[in-house]
Amino acid sequence: MIDSNFINKCRNIFGPENVITDKAELITYSYDATPGIPREIPGVVVFPENTKQIQELIFLARQTKTPIYPRGAGTCLSGGPVPLSRGVVISFQKMNKILEIDPDNLTATVQPGVIIADLNNAVAKYGLLYPPDPGSMATATVGGSVAENSGGLRGLKYGVTKHYIMGMEVVLPTGEVFRYGGKTVKNVTAYDFTSLFVGSEGTLGIITEIICKLIPAPKYRKSMIAFFDRLEDAGKTVTDIVRNHVIPATLEIMDKVTIQTVENYAKVGLPTDVEALLLIEVDGMGKDSVEWEAQKCVEIIKQNNGRYKIAETDAERDALWAARRAALPALAQVKPATVLEDATVPRTKIVDMLVSIQNIAKKYNLMIGTFGHAGDGNLHPTILIDPLDKDEMERLHKAVDEIFEVALSFGGTLSGEHGIGVAKIKYLKNEIGRSGVETMRRIKQALDPDNILNPGKLVPLEE
Amino acid sequence: MAKTVFDDISTLKKELLRCMKCGNCMSVCPVYNVEKKESSVARGKIALGEAIIDDKINIDDETLVKLIFNCLVCKSCMLACPSGVRFDRIILGLRAAIARKKGIPFVKKALFGLLKNPELFDRGMKAFAAMQGFFLTKEGEKIRAPRGFLKQFGKRFDSDFVLPELSKESFRDKVSEVINVENPQATVIFFTGCSVNYFYPEVGEDLIYVLKRNNVTVITPKNQNCCGMPVMVHGDIETARQLAKKNLDVFEKTAAQYIVTVCGSCGSAIKHEYPIILEATEYEEMAKKWAERVYDISIFLLKVIKFEPPKGKVELKVTYHDPCHLKKSMKVFNEPRQLLKMIPGVSLVEMKKPDACCGSGGSYHLTHAETALKIAQAKTEDIKQTQADVVCTGCPACMMELFEGIRRWNGNCKVLHTVNLLAKAYKKEEA
Repeated sequence: MIDSNFINKCRNIFGPENVITDKAELITYSYDATPGIPREIPGVVVFPENTKQIQELIFLARQTKTPIYPRGAGTCLSGGPVPLSRGVVISFQKMNKILEIDPDNLTATVQPGVIIADLNNAVAKYGLLYPPDPGSMATATVGGSVAENSGGLRGLKYGVTKHYIMGMEVVLPTGEVFRYGGKTVKNVTAYDFTSLFVGSEGTLGIITEIICKLIPAPKYRKSMIAFFDRLEDAGKTVTDIVRNHVIPATLEIMDKVTIQTVENYAKVGLPTDVEALLLIEVDGMGKDSVEWEAQKCVEIIKQNNGRYKIAETDAERDALWAARRAALPALAQVKPATVLEDATVPRTKIVDMLVSIQNIAKKYNLMIGTFGHAGDGNLHPTILIDPLDKDEMERLHKAVDEIFEVALSFGGTLSGEHGIGVAKIKYLKNEIGRSGVETMRRIKQALDPDNILNPGKLVPLEE
Repeated sequence: MAKTVFDDISTLKKELLRCMKCGNCMSVCPVYNVEKKESSVARGKIALGEAIIDDKINIDDETLVKLIFNCLVCKSCMLACPSGVRFDRIILGLRAAIARKKGIPFVKKALFGLLKNPELFDRGMKAFAAMQGFFLTKEGEKIRAPRGFLKQFGKRFDSDFVLPELSKESFRDKVSEVINVENPQATVIFFTGCSVNYFYPEVGEDLIYVLKRNNVTVITPKNQNCCGMPVMVHGDIETARQLAKKNLDVFEKTAAQYIVTVCGSCGSAIKHEYPIILEATEYEEMAKKWAERVYDISIFLLKVIKFEPPKGKVELKVTYHDPCHLKKSMKVFNEPRQLLKMIPGVSLVEMKKPDACCGSGGSYHLTHAETALKIAQAKTEDIKQTQADVVCTGCPACMMELFEGIRRWNGNCKVLHTVNLLAKAYKKEEA
């Protein structure tokens, strides 16, 4: 446990300026962006600057059986970095150096505290791109997004974080440091540790260095917006585009509630009598191929009774995107609080999922606006609530349970990009079964025998 | 009187709840950008507000008080916030609650960084009163601060610390209260603000020159006071209310249709804060009325009256710094640039981050020197890389900070208010 002795040792390891013990400061490390989950004020917050310090902290924590909660920028939506007891929060906010950009090998080596947007600004000078783009990329850290395996708007075409991690340095819960991977495109030595540590939500090891894969940034892009009077038409447009072998960089959907709320709030000129809109952007290296893809999308929209607007200039593109960017802000204005979920279904089940969410909203008398990444089936049903209304909160919990149940029944998943953390841990068995949970426990037990790394997250400890 | 967020902290609860803790404020907060700590940013301070209301921490907890005062109130976070959280109300409400609990003397102490003895405190107060707008009446001693004794106030006042010399005579002492023109397009009150009154009378003079050129009658009431923003940001809402009421009484006595400001903080105080702090008082309607009538000079020239662009040539490379309160509160950022582009010979070059805070924050740069200097340094480097001859801005407090920064980090760029450059161009055509 954390006592004055423990804190003194922390000060020796990190330097007094990198250790926080005042209650007021500690309070500000007791949350992330997840509403309504259990949380505690940590006993101490430390800011490492190098791997050795983290190693020493682990030895100290093992001796004293003190839980460790790693934290990037705390933009997580599943409770990943939230302390569940008076443990230690390791904040990576100051371990934020870009160590190397290697344009010839198409890699960037970074410390975990680097902000995703900063990494992209740095590689843009070479005409390169690090594609994973979670909505919080202006704030979120690479380390946090690796721990959570974040997605983003470009998931359909470019994949998610796990597709862009080539190697790491990790401090294990036993204090050993190990490095795997490197700059080679091909590497089949040992287990595929990227698959183990990406998305491990801080439960298996502490990531201290990351080798990211970069790609040439697409030179051309074309954006359009399409409106549909029937959900089915919007859904069919999504599947038809992919069936015609066009993979847009962005293929976003917004339902009626979201459209009306956005128009109310942002007055961007959206029609409010439609059932859904799609925001589509195709991109690529060749002007002609981008034009061809855009043309193809237009044909498919027309075939499915859609009306569309295509952006000819950057200013027009910005205007189209304004609607999507305003989705969450607009919904958030309506009620005091919002619960943003990320239930995800196969692309072909999008319409069924949207209809189910609308039915759940009616059944529990809740306002739910749904928007999200139609192209990869990753939807964001956003439930608008007043936390001071007890009755509404009860209906909210029932609705959320049901949304997940439906998503799984369509062959979907509990989380497309936000992670399990504490928010969805109770549903885990419903997706991967008893043997899946047991496998997770064995992995956790093998790597973290003392259960000191982010205990209580991702891996259910008992039935 | 109804309870506002400035009188009762529990009224903040609804506003605090709106925060989703998404962290978007972290990408724009100048203080967070330097300190990299949760408590630097709006989200962290909101969590502290929640903890106070939930009785998890005392409002006079020493660390908490420090954290709540570690904010420039620049409102950058409000532009980035997806939920539209009114963080200005939250931070000022929390500060007001702290001031109520600890008493006003504390407020003044906070302002001057816990001075070592009362005598020094008094001298410091007098030296800085002008800039802090801590005068409740218009009569104040104008003391030139000898730099030697300032060093005792802390590391902020090193040998690089500079302030414009306090003018011997304040602007309002010198200028005629009414300057009439024939067949005026409009009649305006010039709300000078303290910085123009004590430090930058030439900005005031140029403003009057520009308005005269455009056929506007200017009333500069002698008995106007500080707008109240400086005391408001330190939680002294009562004093802010008194100042607001006095100013409104002064406005009412004139025959002016508009108020013109050359400072984003004064402008937004009258436009946004007066109606809030005077809610449910006998001044509420009056505050709303004048809030509708206050304009920054750039908007006034371009949108309210018929503006005659200057013809005189001013061959200068100019960059423009967006004052936080002008851009983020008053939403004025296009018009100053339009004006600059209308001056023959001026070429406008943008900084990488023209709207990044300069670090002044009124008194923040005195109370939180270390962070403020880092913010100022980033701004100065950005100005330097434009290689501009002049950095123009729309706020005298920013002018001080920019001037000091350029001197400290060896720039060679002049600092002017947009109206200075306009007046220069008009004078050129006469020459």
